[in-house]
Amino acid sequence: MEITVLAESSGSTLHPITSQLVHAANTLGVSPTVVVPGGEGSEEASNLDGVGKVISVVGDCFATFDGGAWASALSSQCSGMILAGATPKGREIASRIAAKLGMPIVQDVTNISSGITVTRPIYSGKAIETSSIQENCVVTLRANAFDAAGSGGSAPINTVDQSADVSLSIKEAINKATERLDVSEADIIISGGRGIGQKENFSHLEEVADLVGAAVGASRAVVDEWGMPHSMQVGQTGKTVTPSLYIAVGISGAIQHLAGMRSSKYIVAINKDPEAPIFGVADYGIVATWEEAVPALKSALSSL
Amino acid sequence: MNIAVLLKQVPDTTAKISVSGGRVDENSVSKWSMSPYDEYALEAALKLKEAGGGNVVAISAGPSRCEKLLRDAAAVGADDLVHIMNDDINNLDSTQLQKLLAAAISKSNSSIVLCGKQAADTNSGSTGPGVAEILGASCMTMVSEVTKDGEDYLATRPSSSGHEKVAVSAPCVFAFDKGVTEMRRPNVRGIMMAKKKEIEIWSAADLDVDLGNSNVTINSHSPPPEKPPGQKFEGADSVSTVVAKLRDEANVI
Ligand SMILES: Cc1cc2nc3c(=O)[nH]c(=O)nc-3n(C[C@H](O)[C@H](O)[C@H](O)COP(=O)(O)OP(=O)(O)OC[C@H]3O[C@@H](n4cnc5c(N)ncnc54)[C@H](O)[C@@H]3O)c2cc1C
Ligand SMILES: Nc1ncnc2c1ncn2[C@@H]1O[C@H](COP(=O)(O)O)[C@@H](O)[C@H]1O
Repeated sequence: MEITVLAESSGSTLHPITSQLVHAANTLGVSPTVVVPGGEGSEEASNLDGVGKVISVVGDCFATFDGGAWASALSSQCSGMILAGATPKGREIASRIAAKLGMPIVQDVTNISSGITVTRPIYSGKAIETSSIQENCVVTLRANAFDAAGSGGSAPINTVDQSADVSLSIKEAINKATERLDVSEADIIISGGRGIGQKENFSHLEEVADLVGAAVGASRAVVDEWGMPHSMQVGQTGKTVTPSLYIAVGISGAIQHLAGMRSSKYIVAINKDPEAPIFGVADYGIVATWEEAVPALKSALSSL
Repeated sequence: MNIAVLLKQVPDTTAKISVSGGRVDENSVSKWSMSPYDEYALEAALKLKEAGGGNVVAISAGPSRCEKLLRDAAAVGADDLVHIMNDDINNLDSTQLQKLLAAAISKSNSSIVLCGKQAADTNSGSTGPGVAEILGASCMTMVSEVTKDGEDYLATRPSSSGHEKVAVSAPCVFAFDKGVTEMRRPNVRGIMMAKKKEIEIWSAADLDVDLGNSNVTINSHSPPPEKPPGQKFEGADSVSTVVAKLRDEANVI
């Protein structure tokens, strides 16, 4: 069996999903070929354990994100089963390559075993689907659902010059006001809801976030009512996140919010209402007001 | 040229999902709704029509219950309704579903397609880019707004540093994230007109689509694994205990 891993880079380094994809391929007994769009991070990919070879695909088209162009440039380098990350970019390129090659795609897989059997959450985690697939299938894997490959390898790198026509042109870049970590990138997230009282009180959550390198998230109620950026919203119509630690402060735990965060590895809830549904998914629940609990959290974290 | 919008009917986000006999039991779903991102796509399609003309063609593939969804779309302004009749939509693999939708889009004479970035049942995000590939169209995903800019379209999508406005020309598929405006509410007149609106019902054969065999076989559905009950503490004094547990038990900080 052959597996192609589609690497994802963020800036000049690899996105952590790439080593998880490699490790998942290894658990199926395969040393995958890692295809690196644009070439950034090829060295790093070659240093991962268990990589067969690296194909660094370079071309002008990789300067702009155009899933159609990228798929055209990358698809001829893909063979066997194709694994990509279930990130927004990963999902788009993988879907496009699947359609180009006439292969079906299964997205957001959380478990894969030889045979080939894949498992994924559906209905925002309210059910789990197990399917059998053939080798000629494209599969995207959920971030943090698989262990990462170690480093110490030295796979050969082939560089391929291959571009494609870009059909999109960027007219205007609108920068974020603050340079805070994005919830979809973070391993720890602290989110606030209506219980925080007002927008300004998010500064307390930011202080906690800065202590542990966390991102700050929000419920839809505060995004809609207080005009917080939608990029912070976690849930059904926001982002689905799977960090190691999710801290929900003053969030009731509506089903649509749970849809976006219930697969986090550990969940801490701070809420003054002992009956709040968020406690149903929390590993550690703290019944307290945020006014008391957040300062205590700050001091406990800073004395670690 | 027309504007197609792909609408999927899914269990309402508040509906309980139950599994029986190894399959999600659709009969026990208390309420069916338009998938949330599709509402934003529909609203954006109506705005594009208001700005530049063309009919809005609402296309849904699924069993007969989807008629309600199509009439709801007509009530807020969709001009043409297309129902791709298929009783087993979630057993189709991505290739089969995309072939049907792409054929219906071509047949509807649409050069612009709007859809959701992910359906609320599959949570996949395969359909927009896949359909674009089949149609030979450009595609943008995670779009929050589209406007007409002369002959081109200008769409807003996230970038690594914030947002960007990207120009593209037809044919193009826009897969919508949460948009800037919620779907408009229907008025009485809209609802009355929608009741009488004709729905085109197309089968795979009508669309000249040979579905072929699937390479993906769904073995089973199961309820999510029960999470062991968490530990609950009273009062802010417990915060330091929890932080110690996060370090020593959970190893996450
Ligand atoms: C189609 C659809 C999609 C949706 N998508 C999303 C989504 O993506 N994300 C999302 O979050 N929601 C979503 N929602 C909205 C969701 O249903 C809830 O309305 C929302 O999550 C509630 O936000 P909240 O928990 O901040 O507010 P509330 O439900 O008002 O909860 C506030 C909580 O704060 C607690 N509290 C109050 N004061 C304090 C205090 N001093 N200290 C500590 N705790 C306090 C209260 O006990 C309460 O539990 C969606 C809804 C629909 C219909
Ligand atoms: N059966 C369907 N009928 C109409 N549109 C669909 C259907 N399935 C998916 N779509 C569209 O494609 C989007 C993404 O779906 P998915 O790829 O399943 O996550 C949805 O939000 C819809 O806009």
